[in-house]
Amino acid sequence: MRYSAWTVFKQGLTGQRGWKPAWRLPDPRPAYDVIIIGGGGHGLATAYYLAKTYGVRRVAVLEKGWIGGGNSGRNTTAIRSNYYYRASAKMYDHSLRLYEGLSRELNYNVMFSQRGMISLAHSLHEVELAHRQAGAMRLNDIDAEFLSPAEIARRVPILDMSPGARFPVLGGVIQKRAGTARHDAVVWGYARAADGLGVDIIQNCEVTGFRRGPDGAVTGVDTSRGPIASKRIGVAVAGHSSRLAEMAGFRLPITSYALQAFVSEPLKPVLDTVVLSPATGVYMSQSDKGGLVIGGALDLYPSYAQRGNMLVIRNVLGAVAAQYPSLGRVRLLRQWAGIVDIVPDSSPIIGASPVPGLFLDCGWGTGGFKAIPVGGTMLAHQLATLSPHPLAEPFSLERFTTGALIDEAAGSGIAH
Amino acid sequence: MLQISCPWCGPRDEIEYRCGGQSHVIRPGPPEAIDDETWGRYLSEKINPRGEHLERWLHAAGCRRWFNVARDTATHRIRAVYHMVEQPPAIGEEEGAR
Repeated sequence: MRYSAWTVFKQGLTGQRGWKPAWRLPDPRPAYDVIIIGGGGHGLATAYYLAKTYGVRRVAVLEKGWIGGGNSGRNTTAIRSNYYYRASAKMYDHSLRLYEGLSRELNYNVMFSQRGMISLAHSLHEVELAHRQAGAMRLNDIDAEFLSPAEIARRVPILDMSPGARFPVLGGVIQKRAGTARHDAVVWGYARAADGLGVDIIQNCEVTGFRRGPDGAVTGVDTSRGPIASKRIGVAVAGHSSRLAEMAGFRLPITSYALQAFVSEPLKPVLDTVVLSPATGVYMSQSDKGGLVIGGALDLYPSYAQRGNMLVIRNVLGAVAAQYPSLGRVRLLRQWAGIVDIVPDSSPIIGASPVPGLFLDCGWGTGGFKAIPVGGTMLAHQLATLSPHPLAEPFSLERFTTGALIDEAAGSGIAH
Repeated sequence: MLQISCPWCGPRDEIEYRCGGQSHVIRPGPPEAIDDETWGRYLSEKINPRGEHLERWLHAAGCRRWFNVARDTATHRIRAVYHMVEQPPAIGEEEGAR
């Protein structure tokens, strides 16, 4: 069923009785051409592009819980491509461009709103770095502008711009094409589109082990719903990548941390852009429902517990109260944490693993949501052609042997 | 918030500490005999278990000394705190186990 204004109108006249489930709930078949482990945005996007671009139709997405129940449903929905190195900038901007056409592509409104993102500069050093960042982005064909304090005050009136502010604002960089999208809609849109192309989305199906042939290559997986055979398996499980790697007998340069996010009670519109303060690592936007969506730094130690640490809550909300004094008495509605896969150079790992037939899409750390379309594109290319996507070549696991790291933590000054 | 018992200072709040990651990582050697792959693994690979993790902590706002902690990454329960040169105590053998 194609969604359109006409469909909504027609259903309104016929008592809304004609809607169908957006995807099937199939039982697993004994074998597939490709299995994708992880029914988050990356896994479902991979399945969609495999079916659409490469014509691989016998594809299963295995999800241990429900689709979009992990980090795809726990992020702060920011989409941007303000990276420093050329490899990252090209890759993330490809993702941003795919987001720009995604609602039409999937026939599903992902509510992508290019409301811009401002990274603040609080000191003369940060002003210099901001100019450097804007210059690097423009060299990579990505829009970036330096904003004066007056311009920031005009765009973000709730920000404390007074001379005595705890975090004085001396300028900032804006990427106007950045923005937010509805995270569940991205997951559901890819799920519905993939399902429409024949992909089996199998929920409540946890992978418990890999089956290997005599040559060591994967031949299938054992799951809580029985064994499923496939010679090509993609892993897109974010913070749990190390556990899947352990099942397959290798280790990854990944440490799992909890990253928290917060939503306030709904407010009237007070903020129409995304604002990041590198000094505190805190970033904030306002959802269409009115809630302030707030993110901050990682919790302080490795964790698989999907709940947050009080100390970080205090630091993040203290920074919000200091920078936005008018929000000091706003109450929180929800707080939660997702488990993110942190890599030493803060760049993802895409492509072949040490096990033949097993391919990785992991290491996105705190920034996986914005990369869902490109992550799916790159892993689909890898699974279909058995060679890395041109955008993914610099992001292979081999870079930890060769030393060709892409150190975005230092390069773009990202928060984590 | 965690309460961690520094071997020298006693129980203090987590805010005084810094987690230094996986412990008992042995540097391979001698350097001239080490190939890139082994060196890369030494520098980057992590066990990253879901369950007990043996890790180094620094009492940054206290005595500024390092020590080891055996901590569960799913429950955050600290099973044991022990000195840098020691191996982790066997389960049930912890000093003052709680």
